[in-house]
Amino acid sequence: METSILFIQLLNGLQLGILLFLLSAGLTLTFGIMDFVNLAHGALYMLGAFFCATLTLYTGSFLLAVILAIPLTALAGFILEKLVVQHLYQRDHLDHVLATFGLILCIDTIVHSIWGPEGIAIPLPEFLNSQVELLPGIVFPTFRLLIIAIGLAAAAGLYVMVNHTRVGMLIRAGASNRTMVGALGIDISTLFSGVFALGAALAGLAGMLIAPITEASIGMGSDIIITTFVVIIIGGVGSMKGAFLAALLIGLIDTFGRSFLDDLFKLIMSGEAAETAAPAVSAMLIYILMAVILAFRPQGLFPPLTR
Amino acid sequence: MVLLLAVVPYVLYVTGNTFWLDIFTRLVILAIAACGLNLILGLGGLVSFGHAAYIGIGAYAVGIPVYHETYGGMDAIASYNGFVHLGLALLCCAIFAFITGVISLRTRGVNFIMITMAFGQMMFYAIVSIETYGGDDGLTIDLRSELPFINLDSPLSLYGLCYISLLVVVFLTYRIRNSRFGITLQGAKSNEERMNAIGVNCYKYQLTAFVMSGVICGYAGFLLGNFTTFISPEMMDWTRSGEIMFMVILGGAAMLWGPVIGAVLFIVLEFVLSEYTVYWHLPFGLMLIFAVLFLRDGVTGAIHGLSSSGARHQS
Repeated sequence: METSILFIQLLNGLQLGILLFLLSAGLTLTFGIMDFVNLAHGALYMLGAFFCATLTLYTGSFLLAVILAIPLTALAGFILEKLVVQHLYQRDHLDHVLATFGLILCIDTIVHSIWGPEGIAIPLPEFLNSQVELLPGIVFPTFRLLIIAIGLAAAAGLYVMVNHTRVGMLIRAGASNRTMVGALGIDISTLFSGVFALGAALAGLAGMLIAPITEASIGMGSDIIITTFVVIIIGGVGSMKGAFLAALLIGLIDTFGRSFLDDLFKLIMSGEAAETAAPAVSAMLIYILMAVILAFRPQGLFPPLTR
Repeated sequence: MVLLLAVVPYVLYVTGNTFWLDIFTRLVILAIAACGLNLILGLGGLVSFGHAAYIGIGAYAVGIPVYHETYGGMDAIASYNGFVHLGLALLCCAIFAFITGVISLRTRGVNFIMITMAFGQMMFYAIVSIETYGGDDGLTIDLRSELPFINLDSPLSLYGLCYISLLVVVFLTYRIRNSRFGITLQGAKSNEERMNAIGVNCYKYQLTAFVMSGVICGYAGFLLGNFTTFISPEMMDWTRSGEIMFMVILGGAAMLWGPVIGAVLFIVLEFVLSEYTVYWHLPFGLMLIFAVLFLRDGVTGAIHGLSSSGARHQS
């Protein structure tokens, strides 16, 4: 196995992991603080991608589009929270799941009626649509590097915000005891809306970053939301640190499984059998990993201490 | 309604409306699946979001043996015999439900929802990636299962089989509800700690119910495969699981006929709305949100509520 391929796949896995983290961070926030299960998180990811696609078309600049689309997605999240989600906090998880499933149907259909059934490709500016030579003989797309950088920056920003600012203090306080925070005179309802909008913005950002590679399409949200769930289950539901580490783990394992599993299988079985088995197993790999981890630690790797 | 489901399709078929018979067949099959899900969701109070996988397994248990009998390979399971298909469907579902149940039932609440969902999606991706059976494009079943006395190629006898199966499944769930097993299950739903404290091992009961519910959905899949003769991974996507759950909740979970009524409503809504607009998922989704926000016990519960409050007024 060549080291250069290994290195490139490592970066690819890292990039997938970073995307998954952006998605699971929002879910973790809403779950940790509001105790709310949001299936429609994937729909916000999709909305981000479509907003960005349209804005790129109008402004002619991908970067400007991203800067404009992030607050737009946050606004969409804010509106959703005010209209529907807010009324569900006092209900049980089954109601959350059903109502947000309804939201997915609505948002998917609205997107379908505005943008049509076809996916929309987003053209990248010249300086991003290139490759850089990281080490001698190892070339990697600039844009994917940018995804990694932005994702890490977002993770760092989130860390600083949650741990070292007043808003972060309220968020942590809200997670451990909502009633008490409310009793101390904090406007809980606004805090919740804000957190939901923040989660939406992070999901939207992930959608904007992936759209130039895959294009913005209607099914994209439903596909990725399950992987995101796997991430937060493995990490321990409600734990930000767990989400970050599990996202990187899943990103790496999924990427490596898809690229190297058939070679690995060829060592132990016939070529033909390996050709059939490898894709199936690599598609199931992260779920098998989840099953194994849950068999030993039902609460995930890093369950939050208080709840 | 029992009578309605028995007579109307027959009359429709005789009068030449085969299209309607198809709709009724689909309805009855979905109702069977919904009853299966209700066993764990309604009685057990466990929100499983991966039941479309069992329908898919059941359908592929018809498709894969037929494929091999026609094109060779895998002699162990290659067959046109309906009993082989049925046995395979039920067995595979039982095994899959057992393995996933052992793991997922150790968790509760939101973790359980997400884990069942993830396992369901695992089957989806597994089937998508196996190109022998068509992968993403799906698999056409060349011949329906061969059963003695019943010719599944005749739409009417297929419907008859589905209809009788539904009655059996409803009867079965009725018996289960009132059995010691069912009572224990409901006890675990309302207070698991207390049940454990009085010496009942809830986990065992829930796992049994989980497997039974998976097997019933697998049976529905077996029927669905024979009905559509075209199967694709799309039928086990997690949004399908959501639709079955929608039926159970809309009809009223934990009520005997709830899932059946839910399936009827689902088919009627789908049919009526898609007549008006291609964007029929929008009112559908809105309706779901409204049902959750305002109808607590499903439509059946709402009707019960109305009639009981009416009765109170009269007395």
